[in-house]
Amino acid sequence: MNDLLDPLLLSRWQFGLTTVYHFLFVPLTIGLATTAAIFQTAWYRTGKAEYLRITRFFGQIFLINFAMGVVTGIVQEFQFGMNWSEYSRFVGDVFGAPLALEGLLAFFFEATFIGLWIFGWDKLPRGLHLATIWATAVGSVLSAYFIIAANAFMQNPVAYEMNAEKGRAELTDIWELLTNPVALAAFPHTIAAAFMVTAGLIIAASAWHLARNQHLDTMRPALKFGLWTMVGAGAATVLSGDQLSLAMVATQPMKMAAAEAMYNTACGAGASFSLFTLGTPDGSTELFSIRVPYLLSFLSTHTFDGCVEGINNLQAEYQELYGPGDYAPIIWVTYWSFRWMMGLGMAHILVALVGLWLTRKGRMPRQRWVWRVAVWSFPLSLMAMIVGWVFTEMGRQPWIVFSLLPTESAVSPNVTGLEVLISLVAFTLVYGALAVVEFRLVVRAIKKGPPEVGEPDPESGRVEPAATVY
Amino acid sequence: MDLPTLWFWIVAALFVGYFVLDGFDFGVGMSLPFLGKDDTDRRVLINTIGPVWDLNETWVIVAGAALFAAFPEWYATLFSGFYLALLLILLALIARGVSFEYRHQRPEAAWKRRFDRMIVVGSAMPAFLWGVAFANIVQGVPLDEGHNYIGTLVDLLNPYALLGGLTTLLVFFTHGVVFVSLKTEGDLRVRAQRLATRAGAVTVVVAALFLVWTGLVNGTTWFWALAALAAVALIGGWLANARGREGVAFSLLAVTIAATVLALFSALFPEVMPASNDPANSLTIANASSSDYTLTVMSWTALIFLPLVLAYQGWTYWVFRKRVTRRSIEAAAH
Repeated sequence: MNDLLDPLLLSRWQFGLTTVYHFLFVPLTIGLATTAAIFQTAWYRTGKAEYLRITRFFGQIFLINFAMGVVTGIVQEFQFGMNWSEYSRFVGDVFGAPLALEGLLAFFFEATFIGLWIFGWDKLPRGLHLATIWATAVGSVLSAYFIIAANAFMQNPVAYEMNAEKGRAELTDIWELLTNPVALAAFPHTIAAAFMVTAGLIIAASAWHLARNQHLDTMRPALKFGLWTMVGAGAATVLSGDQLSLAMVATQPMKMAAAEAMYNTACGAGASFSLFTLGTPDGSTELFSIRVPYLLSFLSTHTFDGCVEGINNLQAEYQELYGPGDYAPIIWVTYWSFRWMMGLGMAHILVALVGLWLTRKGRMPRQRWVWRVAVWSFPLSLMAMIVGWVFTEMGRQPWIVFSLLPTESAVSPNVTGLEVLISLVAFTLVYGALAVVEFRLVVRAIKKGPPEVGEPDPESGRVEPAATVY
Repeated sequence: MDLPTLWFWIVAALFVGYFVLDGFDFGVGMSLPFLGKDDTDRRVLINTIGPVWDLNETWVIVAGAALFAAFPEWYATLFSGFYLALLLILLALIARGVSFEYRHQRPEAAWKRRFDRMIVVGSAMPAFLWGVAFANIVQGVPLDEGHNYIGTLVDLLNPYALLGGLTTLLVFFTHGVVFVSLKTEGDLRVRAQRLATRAGAVTVVVAALFLVWTGLVNGTTWFWALAALAAVALIGGWLANARGREGVAFSLLAVTIAATVLALFSALFPEVMPASNDPANSLTIANASSSDYTLTVMSWTALIFLPLVLAYQGWTYWVFRKRVTRRSIEAAAH
């Protein structure tokens, strides 16, 4: 088979590309909806115009972003059937249910209330209008839960039994599916990380203005909010990440071994965590590394003398269980994505702590580099989240549903390589063009600064928010 | 009625919801070059659906997910089989969705023109292709023993399916233009009403041809009853529009769309994806559906949440019930 027209390879690239792209918008949708809700609540309670201006400032960025999240999300749902029809047939009975619940409970909710929020400023009573942005935020978080529960089934299949006659997995217990231990750990980890990304955006946007000594009345509270969110969400990300590693070791030991590029089972001091390793290109021989003894053992088992299984040992074990084949993911991808995720994540917590120190008691640092670092918080925290997903999904390979269905058996048998190539090129071009437009619009909205909201009413002392129209 | 059959009709209901709601906002999108004389007009048009297009579009996501969960085989066969057609629909929905949000971000005329074009094409393409897709499903397509589609994109563009596409395009267009006359005032409202009368006349002829063709091939008693209802509602809606009864016209056209979708599903029943080459390869409600447990869980969820969804979406339409005026648009910044 000509590699260029291999439907499996092209479909994997397409799914990876479109999913990463979709996820550029998801964390901001989740985080900014909540941010707008929090500042609108502050405005609702105090009547201070600055809070309304912050709400509308981040609300604007939220909306530019939201449109992209919606339209790229439809692609995600359609792709299971389009490119992965054998997968859809195999898991539909189990995997379809959380997707349908997501649509019915979360997407409808989110899509309806966001319309009410955008256009309802002058049409709804103030309290009710505030409720619509909270409803949007709840809808977005709820949808994250269902999709993570669906994804968790691919990592750790539970609540199913095999129907040999139909050749598919069938759901046996919806509650067990929704409380998959992997989902319970991955959900807080994903949500907390989404708030880190959002905090990164808020820090970057407010730093851009503060470095120019402008919009101090709105951007200072915004910066504080961003820094505290980064620290809080960062702590939550670390703690939930720890739980997620435990779940991962219990359910997908190969992923942890691949994350560490650890070939042989090791215990206690031997199960060291590698901070940095230089190896041969195929990763099988180590040339140089910096290691922390016991750390991997602790991360994987929460004890200092626990054992962590190695790639070679697991490979032998899986060959016995599932037949001949290569059961390891691409090691350099898992190894480096795991490190970049943790390194960038930790670095952002540090940046936020330093930021809080530098801005304590109303201080404003004058050094330009401080603000420059702050502006980079957004792209780098987004990158941490993306490599985190790359790790989770690439680390699952060669399975599409761990231990049940290999990825190569899941692709649509009747879709030709040429068709997938056409769609891959089309998505790449359209997504690429839209990325440029979206990026420019967001930068423009940030540079424009918080919008004016008009003079307060002389009698009530409150600002009447203007109507929004397209 | 057993659970798979119940879900066949729930899927039908979800597509009714999708085509009734997103149908008219496709129509509004397509009407831009006909009704949007200047930028303010075009903004009025877009703002008639501004608060609701997203919730309307969500119906297709829910319908797709319900199909996946309730009929995995149907979902897999349909989506992989109609690969390129669905790709076009996806690209169109992407272009259209972002355009609503991005068009008003910059004041330049060239910027707005670009997004106007994307809204028009992005509305017309799915309005046409969904009709093509459903006509092909009803007519049957070649499937192998594994239920995989073995035709090409060109096979999907047969005369019957093209007529189906033209029907949905015209019905959605007319419905959208009637919606414009219901939601605007003054000159725009009058022009919309006149356009709906002209478009409606063509629509009646094309839709009648499509329904009769379908009936001659797949006609059951239920099909003919629903098709008759669709036809009567369409003609009634056309007459109501001509008399300036916009609300009645809009409602009757919604009935037309609902009855047409249900007629197509009843023509399909009890198959879901008939194989045109060999009936043994057909997908039916029985061999395409999920297990009873999954369907039971989903039935309860739908029973509890669908009424709730309808309630808050109905309320949304009520909140935005007022007509969109040129004044309100001009009062807002660019």
